[in-house]
Amino acid sequence: MNFADQLAVLPVIIPLTLAPITLLLPKGRAPHLFATIVSWLTFAACIGLAMQVSQQGVVSYAIGGWAPPLGIEYRIDLANALVLLLVSGLAAVVFPFAYRSVQLEIDERQSSYFYGALLICLTGLLGVAITGDAFNVFVFLEISSLSTYALIAMGARRDRRALTAAFNYLVMGTIGATFFVIGIGLLYQATGTLNMADLHDRLAGQSNRVVEAGFAFILVGVALKLAMFPMHLWLPNAYTYAPSAVSAFIAATATKVAVYVLIRFLFTVFGFEFSFLGAAFTWVLLPLGLVGMFLASIVAVFQEDVKRMLAYSSVAQIGYMLLGLSFATVEGVTASLVHVVNHGLMKGALFMAVACVVLRAGSHSIYAFEGLAKRMPLTTWAFILAGLSLIGVPLTVGFVSKWYLLNAAFEAGYWYASFLIVASSLIALVYIGRVVEFMVLREPPTEGKYVIAKRDAPLSMLIPMWILIAANIYFGVRTELTGDLARRAAEALMMTAGGA
Amino acid sequence: MEYLIDFVTARYNYWIVIVLMMTGLYTVFARGNLVKKIVGLNLFQTSVFIFYITIGKIFGGTAPIYIGGELDHGGGHGDGHEAAGHDAGHGEPHVGAHDASGHGSDHADPSHSDIHTTVGGDKIDNAALHEGLGDKDFNSLSNALNNTHAGDETSSLHSVEGIALDGLPVGKISNDALASAKSAGEGHGGVAFQHGDGHGDSHAGGHGNEHADGVDSVVHAITDAAHHGEAVIYSNPLPHVLILTAIVVGVATTAVGLALAVRIREAYGTIEEDELEAIDNVAEFGDDAEQATGAA
Repeated sequence: MNFADQLAVLPVIIPLTLAPITLLLPKGRAPHLFATIVSWLTFAACIGLAMQVSQQGVVSYAIGGWAPPLGIEYRIDLANALVLLLVSGLAAVVFPFAYRSVQLEIDERQSSYFYGALLICLTGLLGVAITGDAFNVFVFLEISSLSTYALIAMGARRDRRALTAAFNYLVMGTIGATFFVIGIGLLYQATGTLNMADLHDRLAGQSNRVVEAGFAFILVGVALKLAMFPMHLWLPNAYTYAPSAVSAFIAATATKVAVYVLIRFLFTVFGFEFSFLGAAFTWVLLPLGLVGMFLASIVAVFQEDVKRMLAYSSVAQIGYMLLGLSFATVEGVTASLVHVVNHGLMKGALFMAVACVVLRAGSHSIYAFEGLAKRMPLTTWAFILAGLSLIGVPLTVGFVSKWYLLNAAFEAGYWYASFLIVASSLIALVYIGRVVEFMVLREPPTEGKYVIAKRDAPLSMLIPMWILIAANIYFGVRTELTGDLARRAAEALMMTAGGA
Repeated sequence: MEYLIDFVTARYNYWIVIVLMMTGLYTVFARGNLVKKIVGLNLFQTSVFIFYITIGKIFGGTAPIYIGGELDHGGGHGDGHEAAGHDAGHGEPHVGAHDASGHGSDHADPSHSDIHTTVGGDKIDNAALHEGLGDKDFNSLSNALNNTHAGDETSSLHSVEGIALDGLPVGKISNDALASAKSAGEGHGGVAFQHGDGHGDSHAGGHGNEHADGVDSVVHAITDAAHHGEAVIYSNPLPHVLILTAIVVGVATTAVGLALAVRIREAYGTIEEDELEAIDNVAEFGDDAEQATGAA
């Protein structure tokens, strides 16, 4: 029983066991420092695990030594590893970032609860990504969701609408999770197993009503969690009124993990033998992805609140991921996985920039961004670079995503989809451009409530933010890590699914 | 008509699930009061609990709790029980192979009665095998085993044939018995408990090394290798375990939801959704919105 054997369980065990300790720490600096160190440890464990996976292929870990089909299995292949790296990496950046922002936005007495909940949320997200057991996914999904409800509600100190936002998210999220668990129950009824790999074997050749109903419940449940277009109503308010650091973290990770769950269930559990899958791609994911891309982008253009604008943009970006999936080709899934990671990087950076503005100007209204280039140049440039990445300008990760996606669209023969991808990117140019216009071309206000001194965000926020910006550019230039990893992961997924 | 009634009554539990589910969902969407929404959410979740329990139910099956009398082990078998305690923490109820009849007093040596089956090197199942002094019967709930491997302990299985006092049916445990139980389990896909045929024909007696050869097989079911006159049927415990987890999640969700409702009441002074919306509108757009809602 050496260390390497236990590596697979560490990303969940570290934050899960250490989170309660955070609650016991004295208020003030200590919980933050502790949580930051925990997030770094978790990131290190995830890196180790990803290296292990890339060397020896699939890593399987039987929890408690109970052999997989019956016991709970942690099964990490490249797709999981990619999501694990994204989630833990963003946590490692957002946690140190959070301190000043949280100091401003959250009652100091709550700080230890805040960081504890943030760690639990991290645990849940990593657990969803790591587990190979269908019911376990539900449990971890709820662990992350419950802590997210609490975290969003903590935004109430600045704006009481955070409470109603959290409540609505709770209602929608719980309905989604319950649908998901109904689906799992139906699959269990049809197969007698909960292990994903085992489910795949046993579902082979089964196309009866029970499995079809299970599929539908799971699809709708996960779609609620990932804010697929018509089911996204909880998302804008939740992201807008959550504390800024929380917005940065969940916008970059929570929906991405739900996308991963969808990929996992569609390809690993069901596979192409299942007759509903093709119909789901053609009649659900493709059209809803396209509509989401457009409508959400257009709605984003008219937002007065930058955080709300970014939230709608997130809904649109989810559309790209679903679109990539719906092609049901290796290229499509690759594009989807690449965009999961890249969108995490850019949305994380954008929300962090907004958090910096909130710290100095005290608002995330677009009017607080007026003339910001003269007041907070580093934050402004971070926002611009991340925004360019969101639009998909070359040399950024956004371009890589769009490139893969366009490639996939052409290869799959959906030429109209490629036009729509480009068109909706142009809408992104409009809404990002609008904020940039406010920041760069306008003069700083001389009167009114948004008058601020020329003083950039503190280093504890600038450094993590610029690390993410650097990642945006680095992975935009060197696509080996994300692109190749995603391609290998997609190939493995398609292999299990029984596709080309 | 009769067919229709049959159709409904034969699946009454599913109808309860569906009615509860729809009632709950309707309440969530239709009610403006936040607490009523939570109530609806609870109804919705309860329907899922019932659904899971329905999955686990087997006709004629009793609760997946070991039937009392069968746990009546003599002091000599304490070893077997302790070993079973080793299994605590496993997700599935999992009982060693127990003697169905209390032969405890017949055994002088506790070490007589252990078969340790191991999975992948880790001990996961301890079949406390009661040597029935010649004739012995055994009723075991075997856990799913990978690589059943009767260890050296088996060698201490002494068959003391001929000293049987109560003339119970012969049912010696053996690897064969486990294997047959397993194959039965595989075939069934693990939906339900199996009543594996526990008639091992090999001789456990005295020569444990016979069992030392591991049996490589994967069992998907918890195998009930019951062999004690009449078979005891158990309901599938796994859905119950799952739903216990889901109940915990449901309670947590309710708690967070109600806590939020309390906070909303503190912040807004109301928990009616339309009033909350009106208050937010006034806060955001000022008097215009107030006049608009007033006019409406």
